[in-house]
Amino acid sequence: MKEFDPGEAAASIISVTDKVRPIAIGMPVTSVHFLGDQAAFVGAEESVAMVNGQGEISRVSVHGGGILCAASDGSRIVMGGDDGKLVALDAKGEVTLISTDAKRRWIDNVALHPDGAVAWSVGKTAFVRSGKAEEKSFEVPSTVGGLAFAPKGLRLAVAHYNGVTLWFPNMVATAEVLEWAGSHLGVVFSPDNKFLVTAMHEPALHGWRLADNRHMRMTGYPGRVRSMSWSVGGKGLATSGADAVIMWPFASKDGPMGKEPAMLAPLQARVSTVACHPKQDVLAAGYSDGTILMVRLHDGAEILVRKNGSEPVSALAWNAKGTLLAFAAEDGDAGLLAL
Amino acid sequence: MPDLTSQKIPVTVLTGYLGAGKTTLLNRILSENHGKKYAVIVNEFGEIGIDNDLIIGADEEVFEMNNGCVCCTVRGDLVRILDGLMRRKGKFDAIIVETTGLADPAPVAQTFFVDEDVQKNARLDAVVTVADAKWLSDRLKDAPEAKNQIAFADVIVLNKTDLVSRPELAEVEARIRAINPYAKLHRTERCQVALADVLERGAFDLDRILEIEPEFLEAGDGHDHHDHDHRHGHDHHHDHGHSHDNHGTGGLKHYHDEDMQSLSLRTDKPLDPTKFMPWLQNLVASEGQKILRSKGILAFSDDDDRYVFQGVHMMLEGDHQRAWKDGEARESRLVFIGRELPEQTIREGFESCITT
Repeated sequence: MKEFDPGEAAASIISVTDKVRPIAIGMPVTSVHFLGDQAAFVGAEESVAMVNGQGEISRVSVHGGGILCAASDGSRIVMGGDDGKLVALDAKGEVTLISTDAKRRWIDNVALHPDGAVAWSVGKTAFVRSGKAEEKSFEVPSTVGGLAFAPKGLRLAVAHYNGVTLWFPNMVATAEVLEWAGSHLGVVFSPDNKFLVTAMHEPALHGWRLADNRHMRMTGYPGRVRSMSWSVGGKGLATSGADAVIMWPFASKDGPMGKEPAMLAPLQARVSTVACHPKQDVLAAGYSDGTILMVRLHDGAEILVRKNGSEPVSALAWNAKGTLLAFAAEDGDAGLLAL
Repeated sequence: MPDLTSQKIPVTVLTGYLGAGKTTLLNRILSENHGKKYAVIVNEFGEIGIDNDLIIGADEEVFEMNNGCVCCTVRGDLVRILDGLMRRKGKFDAIIVETTGLADPAPVAQTFFVDEDVQKNARLDAVVTVADAKWLSDRLKDAPEAKNQIAFADVIVLNKTDLVSRPELAEVEARIRAINPYAKLHRTERCQVALADVLERGAFDLDRILEIEPEFLEAGDGHDHHDHDHRHGHDHHHDHGHSHDNHGTGGLKHYHDEDMQSLSLRTDKPLDPTKFMPWLQNLVASEGQKILRSKGILAFSDDDDRYVFQGVHMMLEGDHQRAWKDGEARESRLVFIGRELPEQTIREGFESCITT
């Protein structure tokens, strides 16, 4: 796989900053998810701030400490905490306890399956509870770094040190291990189920083509990749970690093998968060200096959503229809943009 | 410029061989009324008898970095735990990482050198090693881990001194000093050490690398020098030549450890930075597995600023510190602590960097 070169800064651009409804969340925010047309801002600890279309905020207490992970399927957000609890929050603001670790160990990772199954991890153990409410667990050789459900079937990717284990919770067959030296943290399947990509502890991605387990090394980042988002139809994978959005091409059967990534919206700041639009070839990117840009994928045209000069952008999300963009910086300074 | 260092959470690494008294010290830190709240990362849940929701169990997972350097290891679990703890920033003042009795402190320290996210939020404060006055001498003979922990330490709490005689205490101190003459050493019973002597030390703070003199040359550090026998020169354990700088021991009986030593270098002539920097980088690249810790204060030719550096194995960090003061001797001093250090090669290499 090729490396990319860091790019130059962008010129002045169109702004929609005056159309943004500013929201003061009043606590550090780590992620945002839409439950219907409500934006739910997940705090670093204890609570979620739910914001409706009028900008009204209601706080919901979900954990008795730090909120370590969160995943959403659009109808609920499932969160794991350092209180050893796994909880779900729905659009009505109701909180359901899914599981409690008997030893009060941290719930480090969580993933949701479209059919309602939920996966989480505690140390080296991954758990799955499918829709029928049966719980299964699987132990990997080292602490779980990330979890992802495959888009088809009940198959869970468990990222860990030196590789990823693909586990079928409902099958007796032994789990498949995809090996690659190093510590694997985030993990995602491509929407067409053909590729698996991990974000490593080193500033690099690693990928496998699942048909033949061919390796894809995606390197050149100055910083660790903490945010990944598939563009509409899974044609590309947008990533943070560089001074531009790095977009790896996945439209062909070879994925990014032998190809260069696109570099979009370069600034003099590190991209901290990316979120691709669910319907159109557009993405939103948040930067370490607080800037947020919307970027058209085919020509890189940019629109300014938020000016720089604040804490890094820590949360970005589109609603399912793609008509609303929610964002927040690390300090809880947030906003909603209706398109 | 705001002082960014002070906003980072200080992290103390608490190490020591099995049974030395780490848990006793931890319990003291957590129970004493000091008005500070500590997050503690431990190996064994339940050993600490204090209820604190900021006690986190760790798995001590040592990961190799993918950079072709075999001694470049980090604590993967620590990266994850520190990231999680930062969600609760403001709820604690400092972090203590307890290692297992058999652990090498290097991966913990190196985590703070290589991980960008860890560096952003936290800073390594010091490596504190608790040692058992009664058994350390034996462990130094049969347990390489114990030797590593002494060599790596910024602070040594020599515990259980009430269980040994004065000559035995002198003996174990001399053995510690043979390995690491630079650490602050505190003699204790039941780990009764002032917490200010083990916490907030700033041992990895480049701005505080002020003195790198051997500790036992300093006066007024609480040592009772009258306790020591003056048996220098006729000790049957001491079967090596007196070629090391650190043998100016002022009365302590001293040993030469078979495989772990410190090496100090100094010159009052300016160093040539175009020669010194490549030399130092090459040295740690080729001998980094042997070099556990390194530190230096440097006077470069045509440079009015002091340059300071420190390193752990192959990882180095350095910066200009401040201008040399009027009347201050512009002397360069370096210290290496390590295993089977190639002394002659290091000395000759260093000499070649001195301007003529």
